[in-house]
Amino acid sequence: MSVTAATTATPSIFAPVSTPAFAIRDLSFLVLAIVTAIFVVVAAVTVYAIVRYRHRPGDDGRDPPQVYGSVQIELAWTVVPFLIVIVLFLTTTRYIFAIERPAPTPDTLEVRVVGNQWWWEIRYPQLGIVTANELHVPVSDAARPMRTFITLESADVIHSFWIPQLAGKTDVIPGKTNRSWIEPRKPGTYVGQCAEFCGVQHAWMLLRITVHPRDEFDRWVAAQQAVAADAPESRAGRDVFTSVACISCHTVRGTPANGVFGPDLTHLMSRATLGAGVAANTPETLRAWVKNPDALKPGARMPAMNLSGDQLDQLVAYLTTLR
Amino acid sequence: MSVVAPPLPARDAELEPAGLLTRLHDWVVTVDHKRLGIMYVVAGLVFFLIAGLEAGVIRWQLAVAENAVVSPQVFNRLFTVHGTTMVFLVGIPIVFGFANYLVPLMIGARDLAFPRLNAFGFWAFLFGGVLLYFSFLGGDGLYGAGSAPDVGWFAYAPLTARAFSPGNSTDYWNLSILVMGFGTVATSINLIATVLTMRCRGMSLGRMPLYVWMMLVVSGMAVMGLPPLSAAQIMLLLDRFVGAHFFDTQAGGSAVMWQHFFWFFGHPEVYILMVPGFAMVSEIIPVFSRKVIFGYPMVVAASLAIGFLAMTVWAHHMFAVGMGAPLNSAFAASTMLIAIPTGIKIFNWVATMYGGRIRFATPMLFACAFLFQFLCAGLTGIILSVVPFNWQLTDSYFVVAHFHFVLVGSLIFTIFGAIYYWFPKVTGRLLSERLGRWHFWLFVVGFNLTFLPMHWAGMLGMPRRIYTYPADRGWDFWNLIATLGVPFQILAVLIFAINVLISLRRGAVAGSDPWDAWTLEWATASPPPAYNFETEPVVASRRPLWDVKHPEDPDGPHE
Repeated sequence: MSVTAATTATPSIFAPVSTPAFAIRDLSFLVLAIVTAIFVVVAAVTVYAIVRYRHRPGDDGRDPPQVYGSVQIELAWTVVPFLIVIVLFLTTTRYIFAIERPAPTPDTLEVRVVGNQWWWEIRYPQLGIVTANELHVPVSDAARPMRTFITLESADVIHSFWIPQLAGKTDVIPGKTNRSWIEPRKPGTYVGQCAEFCGVQHAWMLLRITVHPRDEFDRWVAAQQAVAADAPESRAGRDVFTSVACISCHTVRGTPANGVFGPDLTHLMSRATLGAGVAANTPETLRAWVKNPDALKPGARMPAMNLSGDQLDQLVAYLTTLR
Repeated sequence: MSVVAPPLPARDAELEPAGLLTRLHDWVVTVDHKRLGIMYVVAGLVFFLIAGLEAGVIRWQLAVAENAVVSPQVFNRLFTVHGTTMVFLVGIPIVFGFANYLVPLMIGARDLAFPRLNAFGFWAFLFGGVLLYFSFLGGDGLYGAGSAPDVGWFAYAPLTARAFSPGNSTDYWNLSILVMGFGTVATSINLIATVLTMRCRGMSLGRMPLYVWMMLVVSGMAVMGLPPLSAAQIMLLLDRFVGAHFFDTQAGGSAVMWQHFFWFFGHPEVYILMVPGFAMVSEIIPVFSRKVIFGYPMVVAASLAIGFLAMTVWAHHMFAVGMGAPLNSAFAASTMLIAIPTGIKIFNWVATMYGGRIRFATPMLFACAFLFQFLCAGLTGIILSVVPFNWQLTDSYFVVAHFHFVLVGSLIFTIFGAIYYWFPKVTGRLLSERLGRWHFWLFVVGFNLTFLPMHWAGMLGMPRRIYTYPADRGWDFWNLIATLGVPFQILAVLIFAINVLISLRRGAVAGSDPWDAWTLEWATASPPPAYNFETEPVVASRRPLWDVKHPEDPDGPHE
């Protein structure tokens, strides 16, 4: 698996790469221009009033002329804001409908994302792929416009799906099915994370999305669709995996492991991070993670299995074959 | 021509000084609106210090990436209790404490309509507050899990369900706020009854001080907004203790319904806290500009409009929930509309200053900073009402910046201004102007250092309520600056506390009317006697003391 481009580290909402995020940036420029103009005008008048009408040492101490009000002036500063509000409202509504009711493209990719405490399950129902925490989607270009529609569901509490450079956030609510969509125009890896407080490890519920050129995406799909590697030299580790409780929660396709509470591990080593972003996915951190997840991510739902050093070595050797 | 009661001596000098126990007993059993008001404000300020320290630890933890000052669970408890405290134990008691003290004096009454209900409201609040903090000690409860609440001050279902929040920490949150809610509703009913039935002769609704008008609106909002929260909390209690399924999504309950209940309270709540700030500056700005408020009827109308619209904007906290385009548009419309009356108020305050002789005593300094910071808060509010933009900004640090500009940059600033303004009335002594200026400038610098950078952190994709963040996100700089603002604020509040303690004993004697003001509370002694006014005042205009001081040009004909 090649990662197309370096990770764009800062998920700025002003560096969009996908249609809804572009639209929001355009709208935000209009809004920011309007509020900046209002700020400059009102702040200038206020500063002027403060400076010009401050009490000076030479004042005679008498009260200034009392001005009780002015219908014309007050009407003016009611009507002008009203007009601004109308412009803002109409523009806003246009963008709401455009983003919430997108036109389908001839080609679409369907992804189902399920929020869990504290990781993301990612399913591609059309392709038979299940993975975790890292989305992979094809780029949309003029030759082949392609939107990715994302169905959002939660297995436990409320989460929120947010990758700022691709789209605004959409909450992930148990008992409710929400939809979002993206149309990325630029290959690369982008980051986001859960944006609704969901419990003790809300901070480490990160998301990564890699946007691939079409041919690269097809290769990724083919690799993910394969069943798990089964190297004879890692059989000992596989036996550890199937004989302790790992298989109660994890699936490795092509083996007896078919648990559903934790992430699918069939292609574990194709992922860049562990524990929804808490650590880079290397054999060393993987060993530390399996030994005691709580040490890396306090409160994580995965228990420490109290494996011996040998068992850990065997297990990690096996897991690292799951590419 | 108006007749105002002459100032009365503050104390009956013949009375023997009472012992400590007697005096304590007097405070505990009192039904006097002034004493209850003082107790509300003092208790609120104590909780302000506690919640401020909690915020300090939060900022310390977030100063740099992947910091480990506190554990994730402790961090979650800190922001939960910080938010809950600031809203329910600082904001509400202080604004209602001021109203308790000031409303009867401003309308020429001797007390609130129901003095014992008033005492009940205070003690319910204090009991709720102590209960919340007791959870730090006793929250383990029967089930041994958890201590202080850690589900956020908004307590979104189903995170509050037994499955995700075992133990009793969530129950402490729930019960303490339920109790305080009853107290607040009682006090609001009391204020409404008082304002509607106990105004002195001559004081028609149209002659009430703007402070009283706005507290009437606030009380109306509280009476409508708090019961839905109490109802939702009772449902949550039923869910947690007898297996009801209102919010239990595993059994067909609705997580979104909690949000509607919560924000149907939660958004009026923002105005329940902010309109009293408007009320305070509406008294301070005219007095220190030496001019009558510009466009009194418009300010009253704008307050009523805010009170009405505040009940219609709650779901703008839920734009990312997936309500659908039509509902999102409707709540965008109501949210944008509320900007109009709010803007009108700013214009009226500035127009009041325009052409005045502005004296920059400490209350006015805070009022001026309020004008700029509230302008920022209002404009970021407009930004957040633009739904697609909101999809990016909601639940990010931009929102944290926005509402701290509202609740600290605007409300806390006006409260400080109000304390400097009314302290001489309450204690008979002025606060030190010199320390007041130090307090003011340090707080302005510290506040803006802390909260301005959060706008950028949010726009760079930093979500709220995270106990730490990865080092490669580009958020470090803004977070470090935000944390550097904390010592300035701590120092400012320390100076304020010293100022209060010193001035209580050694402050300049204020006399009944140190600011040359115009409303009735300045017509009686400082501090006012238990009965407020020896004879019921009679007023003929909105500024009875102006009429007394300017018999050649009274207000009446101009109104």
